[in-house]
Amino acid sequence: MSDLFTQAVFIAMVASGVRLAVPLLIASLGEMFGQRSGVLNLGVDGIMLLGAFSGYYAVLRSGSVWYGLAFGTIIGLLLGIVSAVIAVTLKAEQGISGIGVYLFGLGMSDLLFQKLVGTPVPISSFPKVQLPLLSEIPLLGGMLFRHSLVVYLAFVAVPVSMWVLNRTTFGLNIRAVGQNPESADSLGVSVARVRYATVIIGGTLAGTAGAALAIDLGIFQQNLTNAAGFIAIALVYFGAWRPLGVMAGALLYGLVNAVVLQMKTLGIIPLAWSDIAAMVPAIITILALVVVAQRFRPPAALTTPFSRGT
Amino acid sequence: MTVTPTGKGGNMRKPRFAWLAMLAALALVAAACGDDDGGGDGTNGDDPFRIAIVAPSASNDLAFSQSIVDAVNLIAQERGNVTVQVTDGMFVVEDAAAAIRGYAEDGVDLVLAHGSQYGGSLQEIAPDFPDTAFAWGTAADTFDLPNVFSYEAASDEGGYVMGVMAAALSESGIIGVVGPIEVGDAKLYVDGFGVGVLAEDPGATVNINYIGSFSDVALASEAAQSHLAAGADILTGTAQMVVGAIGVASQNGLPWFGTQANQTSLAPDIVVASQVYHWEVVLREIIANIEGGTVGGEIYEINLANGGLVIEFNDGFDLSDDVRAKADAAIDGIKSGSISTGQ
Repeated sequence: MSDLFTQAVFIAMVASGVRLAVPLLIASLGEMFGQRSGVLNLGVDGIMLLGAFSGYYAVLRSGSVWYGLAFGTIIGLLLGIVSAVIAVTLKAEQGISGIGVYLFGLGMSDLLFQKLVGTPVPISSFPKVQLPLLSEIPLLGGMLFRHSLVVYLAFVAVPVSMWVLNRTTFGLNIRAVGQNPESADSLGVSVARVRYATVIIGGTLAGTAGAALAIDLGIFQQNLTNAAGFIAIALVYFGAWRPLGVMAGALLYGLVNAVVLQMKTLGIIPLAWSDIAAMVPAIITILALVVVAQRFRPPAALTTPFSRGT
Repeated sequence: MTVTPTGKGGNMRKPRFAWLAMLAALALVAAACGDDDGGGDGTNGDDPFRIAIVAPSASNDLAFSQSIVDAVNLIAQERGNVTVQVTDGMFVVEDAAAAIRGYAEDGVDLVLAHGSQYGGSLQEIAPDFPDTAFAWGTAADTFDLPNVFSYEAASDEGGYVMGVMAAALSESGIIGVVGPIEVGDAKLYVDGFGVGVLAEDPGATVNINYIGSFSDVALASEAAQSHLAAGADILTGTAQMVVGAIGVASQNGLPWFGTQANQTSLAPDIVVASQVYHWEVVLREIIANIEGGTVGGEIYEINLANGGLVIEFNDGFDLSDDVRAKADAAIDGIKSGSISTGQ
């Protein structure tokens, strides 16, 4: 057990948890905007998968990780528009249509990979950026400030999301539309426009999250996200629809995974317990969800389509 | 049918259901677009021999699924007049079961259920199609069903050879292993690897991390990072998610030992060698049995001695003659039976 707390292992373990949290954090923040306005998008994982493949393929062709990230983000944006059309304009049942988007992303990303690439080919990963001064702080520097630029941007997105939600007219409209769309509508807020915006933000960030994952790993493979999009949706509930809560949930999930991995590597968790230990992050998330569900209520209009006069 | 939550006034909303139906149809088409490749041409007039593969990951995963697809395509080339159908990406067992049943109903001559996780499904499906031959791997159990063959890889043998080389190359004496779930050929490989390391260097440490998933590439990558933090200077791993771990090895310049398929193309500078599965060795016997009227009941194994397992070295890796000689000696010893892998 003492091996776990040597400086090198501890730094690496926390850094690992941060890396694991980042795709979840980006996707969760986007999904949070949609849910705060009343739209549940269960298609996050499918959008992440198409963002992942798009990002991977763009890097493979261009050699630029930033083109890849941008391309995956744009694909996410387009799928966000599709999701918004389905959920807002067509008023489809959100759970069912989200699963449709997920299946589409799962199948299409694999199909495109098979047809355009075939056998996996490694690509470049994001370069590490050591933040001046901060990266030199003992312990913390190694854990938090020697990551890629995408990691820093993901965490910067948290206060930005808080500001947008709590300090802007757009944020006020989002909250109003999610709580009581009829009242918001009567005050002249376009419910459809707000929901379009939030679902597109969600799709865009899901595409970014997928691309960030693939480029960070330097590879694409069928079902690369391994259901991370669904975990991201759960983390929105975990975080009680608040950016800080979402960040806490993503970090908890990533860190628990990292601790379990390191304990297995060091033999602290015996081999016979490996499979059970692998379930620990999911179990902790479920327990936390139960606690949160008892203390916080989701946006009142979540999953409810809006039609004026109904 | 779904109704709107605010369903007052009986609004006509058929168009949105039409859109939803279109999306669902598109999704199903995309999701169903596995590789159903016709590997054989089957055009010489006789009924072709039809082989179907149901595999858990992509047919070009440079690992488990690719090993069987490559072998069946080779058989098709050798024999001619063979039709090959592949349904890959069946990581959901229920989907795989539907595919297995579908091929059986379609009259395929040999259905390969290529995943130890498919055993329960096969046990239910096979009795419904007594004239169809099924083969299940990697496993050593036919459930006493007369129309089920099983096949497995003695991957502990290649694992042992890799372990000997890893121990000889390691300077820190710490070697990291990334595994999926402790079952099947993955467990055999990891166990054999550990025995090989300790045979070469009894003082070495082999850190083993079964991540609990065959498909989580990100977790495999972080498992490899955890090995680095623990001081490992050599890495290996098995199953299709190890592409993530290979990336970490490549970024850090650490030697990597592969298994199931030749993984050199993923990291030409650091892959030392790969244990490659040649399932065609047992497929030839299975097909001969089927053509002789026996559609199951036999258990097969590929190993170093029968040529089903081959250690393919990467010419791009500067392996010393001394280490290569140790590997060759281990291969010879296992073939002759003078070396035990502990299984």
